[in-house]
Amino acid sequence: MNWVSMLALIVSATLVYSTPLIFTALGGTFSERGGIVNVGLEGIMVMGAFSSVIFNLTFADTFGAATPWLAALVAGIVGVVFSCIHAVATINFRADHIISGTVINLLAPALSVFLVKAIYAKGQTDNIAQNFGYFTFPGLAKIPVLGPIFFKDTSLMAYIAIVVAFIAYWVMFKTKFGLRLRSVGENPQAADTLGINVYRYRYAGVLLSGFLGGIGGAIFAQSIAGNFSVGTIVGQGYISMAAMIFGKWNPIGAMGAALFFGFAQSLSIIGAQLPGISSIPSVYLQIAPYILTIVVLVLFLGKAVAPKADGTNYIKSK
Amino acid sequence: MLKVSQRTRQILVPLISILAGFLIGAIVMLIFSYSPLQAYGSMIKGSLGTMASIGETLRQATPLIFTALGFSIANSAGFFNIGLSGQALAGWVGSVWVALAFPNLPTFILLPLAIIVGAAAGALMGAIPGFLRAFFGTSEVIVTIMLNYVMLYSSTYMMQSVMPKSFRVSQDATKTISSHATLHVNWLSNMFGGSRVHFGLFLALIALVVVWMIMKKTTLGFEIRSVGLNPYGSEYAGMSSKKTIIMSMVLSGTLAGLGGVMEGLGTYQNFFIQTASLSIGFDGMAVSLLGSGSALGILLSALLFSVLKIGGLGMQTGAGVPFEIVNIVIASIIFFVAIDYVIGLLFKQKKAEKAIPETPIAVETTEIKQDEQEGGRL
Repeated sequence: MNWVSMLALIVSATLVYSTPLIFTALGGTFSERGGIVNVGLEGIMVMGAFSSVIFNLTFADTFGAATPWLAALVAGIVGVVFSCIHAVATINFRADHIISGTVINLLAPALSVFLVKAIYAKGQTDNIAQNFGYFTFPGLAKIPVLGPIFFKDTSLMAYIAIVVAFIAYWVMFKTKFGLRLRSVGENPQAADTLGINVYRYRYAGVLLSGFLGGIGGAIFAQSIAGNFSVGTIVGQGYISMAAMIFGKWNPIGAMGAALFFGFAQSLSIIGAQLPGISSIPSVYLQIAPYILTIVVLVLFLGKAVAPKADGTNYIKSK
Repeated sequence: MLKVSQRTRQILVPLISILAGFLIGAIVMLIFSYSPLQAYGSMIKGSLGTMASIGETLRQATPLIFTALGFSIANSAGFFNIGLSGQALAGWVGSVWVALAFPNLPTFILLPLAIIVGAAAGALMGAIPGFLRAFFGTSEVIVTIMLNYVMLYSSTYMMQSVMPKSFRVSQDATKTISSHATLHVNWLSNMFGGSRVHFGLFLALIALVVVWMIMKKTTLGFEIRSVGLNPYGSEYAGMSSKKTIIMSMVLSGTLAGLGGVMEGLGTYQNFFIQTASLSIGFDGMAVSLLGSGSALGILLSALLFSVLKIGGLGMQTGAGVPFEIVNIVIASIIFFVAIDYVIGLLFKQKKAEKAIPETPIAVETTEIKQDEQEGGRL
């Protein structure tokens, strides 16, 4: 293997594994910037993965190659519906955010596997016929060296994810919506006094996290897993949450962290093909993202960086 | 609106949550045209119908009591220990490892040794987030979630690559532990129709009493509760909140580790590859939340969840309803417990009876004032 094809392998594997993390971590930033801690990202990804696979299996003949894209959209909508549970519980019903998120994480695998069993009478779906596959950028792929590494047989969704991250940054820091969302997460009383509807913006944050988390799950299912079972999403939601924290609740930071975690995850898969890496026991690569998150939290972040009212319920006075 | 006392309310809210959880399960079953009555009927039959099934239900409750106690101790100190499954896994691996390493030691040495090592492994896993929280202010929620996965992958690695090859029967499982290290006792199994119920059940009951004693009758328990209620006030009163934080997480991890020991030395008698976080972790958390942390509450809700879990298997074979409905019911119950504020709106509180000050210390603080701002409160 020459070094160009080796780099191409690493880059494309990194991109494929990062994409679901990027979408979900971006979702997390919206929710937490609005002041709602969303541990339920894991569960939302499960529902996204589940619904996209069901949609894909059912409509692959009708929509052909467009199926995975439509399925991702459907998964986003399912994510929004599912995140409503978390939103209602935390925003209106004053539930503890972490308990409510944990309920989401307990409910999602149970509900989805129950539905799979009810629909297909077995615990695991068939493999999907249409997946995201690989994409070659016309023209760009011809650039010497860089072309084969970045633009040939790569993941189109990953580039979309990166663009979405920049859009998310723009929305959060350059628009009125973003300013209000952040104010609601920093100091809801002050925001309320200024006439901002705290509950509405918190809903917007949580539902956006449901949409992006659902898409994240759909991308994982349709580009990596290929089917749905109880073992499809194991910890990706938590890694996304870690990426969000690692990225200091900033969309672009979260994207960078997600790329890094995707790289670490892909190494444990493709490591066997790479000289040098193949001699490291894969367990070190598997646990690296988790250990790193803890180290980063301890070394670089105190408790001061999170949005100030993150995780607290706001009770409007009469 | 019902007028009820605070005490009745504390009992009514979990009961209503349980009913509502079962109702949600029934609705889901109806949507998919399963019969809820038949399903719940075969659930009861599957979990309590025979002596053997009662034995299995008790066996299931054993580790749940330990993990739930672990959660409740950390919770009293104001911490959310989501790492129960990782700590339990550490306890499982540790105890089985010791049992396999010294198979010929006499029972009265080997069994306590294996249990202690398992508990210590859990304690160590609990101490890490406690230490980081105390000295660096790192969120214990994130650290414990991350450690769950670290432990999950490490446990497989330890079994496949660190343990001597002679401990394993295959790449996927260790040998069965020797009869000197097992918690299995014949008379108990025979009494319950040859089920896997084991001596750990009695240890769990003892633990319930011991934890109650620690929390209510010792200085340590007092400090833990006090730090949970008001860390600043406790510090002001001369307690070391750092020490208390770490101690509460160590105790919590110890109990979760013992939960894992029950699986290793009691239920399965070996260790095998785990592909997902141990369910006794999150279920233990659910048990503790439903039992609102009290000893009796934990015992009862551990039994209830065991009926669900064991009965769920019977339901799958008896009524053809997928087992997952059980977890839907459990998640719904916890959801309703979490929104107790809404359930509480159903009742009106009776005029304050003679208020017994539950708060251990009455240090005047201005903390409360800070939460109040114009427009509402946090």
